[in-house]
Amino acid sequence: MDNIHDFYNKMEKGNIMLSFKGEVTSDLLTSILQIMESKMETLDESPKIKKKVYNILVECLQNLYHHIDEDDVATSVKENSALFMIKKEDGEYSIMTGNFITKENVNSLKHRLDKINEMDKDALKDYYKEVLNNGEMSAKGGGGLGMIDIARKSGKKLEYNFDDVDANHSFFSLNIKVAQ
Amino acid sequence: MKDLKIEGSPKTPTIEFNSEKGYLLVRGRSIPENSIEFYKSLIEALEAYNTNSQPNTKVDVQLEYFNTSSSKCILDVFKKLEAINAGSSNVVINWYYEEDDEDMLEAGEDYQAIINVPFKMIEVGEE
Repeated sequence: MDNIHDFYNKMEKGNIMLSFKGEVTSDLLTSILQIMESKMETLDESPKIKKKVYNILVECLQNLYHHIDEDDVATSVKENSALFMIKKEDGEYSIMTGNFITKENVNSLKHRLDKINEMDKDALKDYYKEVLNNGEMSAKGGGGLGMIDIARKSGKKLEYNFDDVDANHSFFSLNIKVAQ
Repeated sequence: MKDLKIEGSPKTPTIEFNSEKGYLLVRGRSIPENSIEFYKSLIEALEAYNTNSQPNTKVDVQLEYFNTSSSKCILDVFKKLEAINAGSSNVVINWYYEEDDEDMLEAGEDYQAIINVPFKMIEVGEE
């Protein structure tokens, strides 16, 4: 039973408020949002921080949800599984997500994230309006606005990484810090 | 005429549309996973209204949160209102945002920049 204690200590040390690993469903999404809302209420966070964190949570979780939904042709269980964590360290919130993506999608995602990271506040605002007004809406909604919105609300650069998993898959890690 | 009354839920806003009064209210949270489905009935009601609109149309948008999937649908709603405004009704959109909620104010300004309808930004005190 030592492992469970190790797990606890690691999460405690990492200031993890909430973590989840598995398939992101609509019900789960609703529950996580409710839990985080009441946690932030208890912690007496400012309305500004509460709203920013909540908004980013919605976008991240729905990204994971739609991603999994779109990949339902996938054969391996792995592709439907995601990791989601919220950390609060020195008063700063971080929202971390991890999920498997097919290798053919890595380059376009990396390109989009780099493009967003190069933009300042005003450029992001213009880019958001451009995509909102001209972008095609996918059947699931969003249509590429999610990451731009996350970057705008976070006020920080998006930290990301792609790890090789096997011939066809990479693991995509995203760390979003919420500026105070 | 097609009136609309949709009760709000944790993921979807309250919607009230009264064609006789020329009044539309959208209030609460709009974070559904499938927003196209949710906003469909409102888009249809506005299309019908455009054929027989009141001289004045007042729109109150009091959103607490909305996701990016809703943001496209809200733009579609505003585009319908833009068409109504270009027709025989004077439309005013009141965009409410809570004190200190710069993100919501900015979101309203983003729409204002895109849509050719008079917007009023209205700050409300926190509850």
